[in-house]
Amino acid sequence: MKLEYDLVIIGGGPAGLAVALEAEKNGVENILLLERDEYLGGILPQCIHNGFGLQYFKEELTGPEYADRFITQINNHKVDIKTETMVVKITPNKQIIALNRNDGLLCIKARAIVLAMGCRERTREAIAIAGSRPAGIFTAGTAQRYINIEGYMVGHEVIILGSGDIGMIMARRMTLEGAKVKAVLEIMPFSTGLIRNKVQCLDDFNIPLKFNHTITRIEGRKRVEKVTITQVDKNLQAIFGTEEEIHCDTILLSVGLIPENELTKEVGIRLDPVTGGPVVNENRETEMEGIFACGNVLQVHDLADYVSEEGEIVGRAVTKYLIGKRSYRLQSVKIIPGENIGYVVPQHIDFLVPDRKKIKLFMRVKKPEERVRINLIDDKGQCH
Amino acid sequence: MKTDVVIIGGGVIGTAIARELSRYRLDITLIEKEDDVAMGTSKGNSGIIHAGYDADFKTLKGKLNIKSNLKFDKLCADLKVPFKRIGSLVVGFNEKDFNKVKDLKVNGEKNGVKNLEIITGDKLFRLEANLNPQAKYALYAPSAGIISPYELTIALADNAVINGVKVLLETEAKDIIIEKGQTYGILTNKGLIETRVIINAAGLYADEMAKLIGEDFKIKPLKGEYRLFDKQWGSLVGHILFPIPTKLTKGILVAPTVHNNLLIGPNSYQVEEKDDLATTEVGINEVYSGARKLVLHLPHQDLVASFTGLRANIEGRDDFIIEPSKKVKGFINVAGIKSPGLSSAPAIAEMVSDILKEVAKEISPQLELNYKDNFTETLSDQPRFTEYADKIERWQEIIERDSDYGEIICRCEKVSKGEIIRAIHQPVPARSLDAIKRRTRAGMGRCQGGFCSPRVLRILSEELKISSLRVTKKGEGSEILTSKTKDMIKETGVKFKDEVRV
Repeated sequence: MKLEYDLVIIGGGPAGLAVALEAEKNGVENILLLERDEYLGGILPQCIHNGFGLQYFKEELTGPEYADRFITQINNHKVDIKTETMVVKITPNKQIIALNRNDGLLCIKARAIVLAMGCRERTREAIAIAGSRPAGIFTAGTAQRYINIEGYMVGHEVIILGSGDIGMIMARRMTLEGAKVKAVLEIMPFSTGLIRNKVQCLDDFNIPLKFNHTITRIEGRKRVEKVTITQVDKNLQAIFGTEEEIHCDTILLSVGLIPENELTKEVGIRLDPVTGGPVVNENRETEMEGIFACGNVLQVHDLADYVSEEGEIVGRAVTKYLIGKRSYRLQSVKIIPGENIGYVVPQHIDFLVPDRKKIKLFMRVKKPEERVRINLIDDKGQCH
Repeated sequence: MKTDVVIIGGGVIGTAIARELSRYRLDITLIEKEDDVAMGTSKGNSGIIHAGYDADFKTLKGKLNIKSNLKFDKLCADLKVPFKRIGSLVVGFNEKDFNKVKDLKVNGEKNGVKNLEIITGDKLFRLEANLNPQAKYALYAPSAGIISPYELTIALADNAVINGVKVLLETEAKDIIIEKGQTYGILTNKGLIETRVIINAAGLYADEMAKLIGEDFKIKPLKGEYRLFDKQWGSLVGHILFPIPTKLTKGILVAPTVHNNLLIGPNSYQVEEKDDLATTEVGINEVYSGARKLVLHLPHQDLVASFTGLRANIEGRDDFIIEPSKKVKGFINVAGIKSPGLSSAPAIAEMVSDILKEVAKEISPQLELNYKDNFTETLSDQPRFTEYADKIERWQEIIERDSDYGEIICRCEKVSKGEIIRAIHQPVPARSLDAIKRRTRAGMGRCQGGFCSPRVLRILSEELKISSLRVTKKGEGSEILTSKTKDMIKETGVKFKDEVRV
């Protein structure tokens, strides 16, 4: 096979697909898309619920349908695709070491690389829930894969920790498959998922959502038998005396997503400790020249639609980079998050760019607040 | 069935004995009640090969630890088990500690530990940059090492099987049959095994086995909790760091693992249940504050796993019991093997073999211990993708021989399908997700099996030719999946009753 490409994209989920299409449309000819799973689309094929595409296509689609729109297009474009191919290493001079069953070990040279590896779920261990280690504890996404891809149910009586979108969607999915979801617990005083998911996935099925609650103990030797749930105070500390035991055989965890940046770290690209993704400029170029990042590997997005949008930004930027029309990072403006702003992407903006258009800043607040104003203040204290 | 020797228990001690005895022309059967070896204390401990300065030189612990320590280089090279002699530091902060450090050195030298050295001042921090700056003294023991205790146990068992030992998993001893004051057989959940010799290496349950023949020592387990951090943190320390030991324990340590994770723990407190492997909030805090005395800044955010182990602590006794029963001929107790039990395992096995020679003379003239001529001392080298990190181009040859090695299943620990299939078919086979994890590390990493467990489950189902619904986490009762989904039933129908929910 060919081992030299202008552009190699690592990851064939919504981010990688959007980059490939946009770059190809803009004239990049020599593109390789590498995907470790057996199919394209990333997590989308297992997200069989609707709610995708409202922003991007202005119509409501399921996850597989949303992915299919891109996959159909890409199959008609000049993009080389390798599925079931795992990238194990990238180097600063843009070599990619990957492997699969048919080609064996591959050493691919690229002029530009886009990191689009997505994210992984935070585990029970990462949040250190005490107790035993039986079967029946799943991250929500793993349970979703078992149910929607493999075709197997994972339990009968369920407690879900975390009211993020995956948690709520899985509460409905498990209910539809005949399981009893006893409660969804949320440690914060508000839901971290979309309101429409709370209404359609919990309220419509009479699934109780308990705010300010968490699991403090798991019991069961072979399979989960019960959990202890506890109320927490403002500082998220368990309130003594509020413990309650609930019998269940299954626990689903929807307690956060972590950008998967092992390749990024290994090659020496600096990460933002808040986003968990690489530090980038407005082109989503990392601090290593010619290596870009987008999608959930850069920042965890709420909607796949936003991921596609970010992929397109990179698709255009990487095209410019490849034809040599890039801004040289002689000077850049650093963006520092202010009060109640958790993070801002991009973390810095290149200076003195001649044909500058408007730049969108993506940010996440630390806690939801109403009636707010966002100020952009420069280093002299002037508001823009 | 009939056999010469039954070993009860597939922990590091039972398997080390099995391997040692497999040098002789004996028919040996090892029984283990769980679905794999290394399911008790052998998987929940610090993984340290101690230098041997702790225990009093008059005790078995004192004698066997130092004797064993020297054997690990060859043993681990033979069995292809990762082992690193990185050395240990027992760290002191004040004058009182300094005296303890000196006492340990004296005791260690009596035990025969070589190259012990007391380190002070700047040299301490040159040796261990991230050590608590208030540390003043340390006993440096270069011969201490780190090992993966369950990988050692599995390798010992595999090697024993290659040399003819039968390992019966999910086989639990229920009763001992005695005839004329001598062992006649052992009754298990799978039936009777006739045997003249029974070696009790049942770990936490050794007292219950001994009770079957009327002996009355009691094991009161001491729980120890651990925390394990992401791979990138193994290099935070270069040695095994211990606090000053107390009479009861060696204290909460900080050490890298052979796979470059960072390990902290264990605390120590008595529990009633022998299967109480729960971590606790109190314990977690105790382990953290203990470890922080040695290294101030721990990478809290990169916690990968917590686990516990139970020490097989004999009530009212602080040494191993390794001796033939005084009540029943042919019954040998190997009990109370707590720290430094792992470090002492090879010497314990040799000691048991010597005891057996005496016991054999007593019970049966036919039972002689003669060496086989075809004992295989080594396990063959098996390719692991991660071990090819700096010679990755050579992995191509492996993929060419078997394309399963080209498919990475566990992305965090980079484990190929070939390695997983091999684990399912090795001498002591992996039959559950956890058994695969211990052999290959698939699921051991930062996502804790989130991505790979559905894939590993599918491989297990295919290779073992069982329904996915029968694949377990750790033996019967820990099945992962509960039924087919409605759509799946529509599409594929129901082949087995257990595929639908009743």
